[in-house]
Amino acid sequence: MNINATLIGQAIAFAVFVWFCMKFVWPPLLGAIEERQKMIADGLEASDQAEKDLAVAQAQAAEQLKEAKAQAADIIEQAKKRANVLVDEETQRGHSEREKIIAQGYAEIDAERNRAKEDLRKQVSALAIAGAEKILAREIDKDAQADIVAKLVDEL
Amino acid sequence: MASEYTTTEYIQHHLTNAVMCTTENGIAFNKACSDAGFWSWHIDTLLWSIGLGVLFLWVFTNAARKATTGVPTKGQAFIEMTIEFVNSNVKETFHGKNALIAPLALTIFVWVLLMNLMDLVPVDILPSIAGFIGSSAFGMDPHDVYMKAVPTTDLNLTFALALGVFFLIIYYSIKIKGISGFVKELTLQPFNHWAFIPVNFILESVTLIARPLSLALRLFGNLYASELIFILIATLGLWQLPLHFPWAVFHILVLPLQAFIFMMLTIVYLSLAHEDH
Repeated sequence: MNINATLIGQAIAFAVFVWFCMKFVWPPLLGAIEERQKMIADGLEASDQAEKDLAVAQAQAAEQLKEAKAQAADIIEQAKKRANVLVDEETQRGHSEREKIIAQGYAEIDAERNRAKEDLRKQVSALAIAGAEKILAREIDKDAQADIVAKLVDEL
Repeated sequence: MASEYTTTEYIQHHLTNAVMCTTENGIAFNKACSDAGFWSWHIDTLLWSIGLGVLFLWVFTNAARKATTGVPTKGQAFIEMTIEFVNSNVKETFHGKNALIAPLALTIFVWVLLMNLMDLVPVDILPSIAGFIGSSAFGMDPHDVYMKAVPTTDLNLTFALALGVFFLIIYYSIKIKGISGFVKELTLQPFNHWAFIPVNFILESVTLIARPLSLALRLFGNLYASELIFILIATLGLWQLPLHFPWAVFHILVLPLQAFIFMMLTIVYLSLAHEDH
C-alpha cells in the first residue's frame, strides 16, 4: 500500500488513454450519433410538412371538385334552356310556315276560282249572246238592241 | 482458501501487490524489492489496468470505425448508449466549450468501471493461476507469487487518476483566468479584503488540494474495503457460499456508482475551474 513508481506509470497510461479516446473514439462516435439525430429530426420535419401539404392538396381538390360540379350543373342548365328556346322557335316557325302555306293555298284557290268564274261568265255571256243572237237573229235588229245586250252582259 | 496458509497470511497474501524493481543484481521481484524505495513497480496493477484500458479503447475504437449514421447494430447501440450517458452528464454540468472534458469523462467512467468490475472475479482465481504459472514456469514458491487483480485497490492508480485531474484543474484555471486570476481566486475568497489574504489562501488551498485527495481516497477506500470483505468472506469455509452472493450483488450497485462518482466529480471540478468569478 505504498506509493511508488507505479504512480508515474499509471499517470502516463491515463494520459495516453485520454488522448487516444479524445482523438479516435469520441469524435467519430458522437459525430455518428449527432448525424443520426439530425437525420431523424429532418425526417420527422419532412413527414410533418408532407402531412400539411397533403391536407392542403386535399382541400384544394375538394374545392376544385365542387367548382367543377357547379360548372357542370350550370352548363346543363344553360343547355336545357337553349334547347327549350330552340324547340319553341322551331315550333313557332313551323306554325307560321304552315299558316303561310295554307294562306298561299287559299289565295291560289281564290285566284283560280275567280279566274274560272271569269272564264265561265265570259263563256256564259258569250253563250247567252250566241243564244240570244240566234233567237234575236230572227226577230230583233242586232244594232237596235245592242244596248240591251250589253246591259245583259253586264248583269251576268 | 489454500489450506497451508493461516488466515492472516492468506489475507496478507491477497492484499500484496506483485512488485518489480531493479537492484545491483538486475531485475528483482517482490520481497527482494523491500528496500527499493520509490523506484519499484506494481506490475499486477500496471498489467491489469493497462490491459483493461486497452480493452476499453479497442472495443470503442472498433465501434467508432464501424459507426454508421443509419440503423445501428446492437453492439453499436450499446456503445452509443454509453456515449450518450456520458455526454448528457457532461452537458448538464459543464457549460463551456472544451473538447477534452467529454472524452476524459468517458475514459474515466469506462476504465474505472472495468477495473472495479475485477472486484467481482472470485478472489482466489487470479492469484491461484498466477501462483501456478509462477511455480511451474519459474520454479517460484507459490506463496511468493502475488497477484492483486483489482487495480483500483492500489493507491498508486487512484492517485495517478486524481493527480491527472488535479493537473487539469490547475491548467484550466490558469488558462481561463490567467495566473493573476487564479492567484486572486486563491487569496481573495471567500473574504475579499487584503487583510484576509493568508486566511483565504489557507482555506482555498485546502479546498483545492482536498479535491484530488478525496477523489483518490474515496475510490481506493471503497474498493479496498470491498475487496477486503470479499477476502474475509473467502476465509469462512462453507459459509462463504451464501455470503458471497449478496455481497457481490451489492457490488453490482457499488462498482458502477464509484466509477460514476469519480467521473461526475471530475466534470464538476473542471467546470468550476472554467468559471470566472
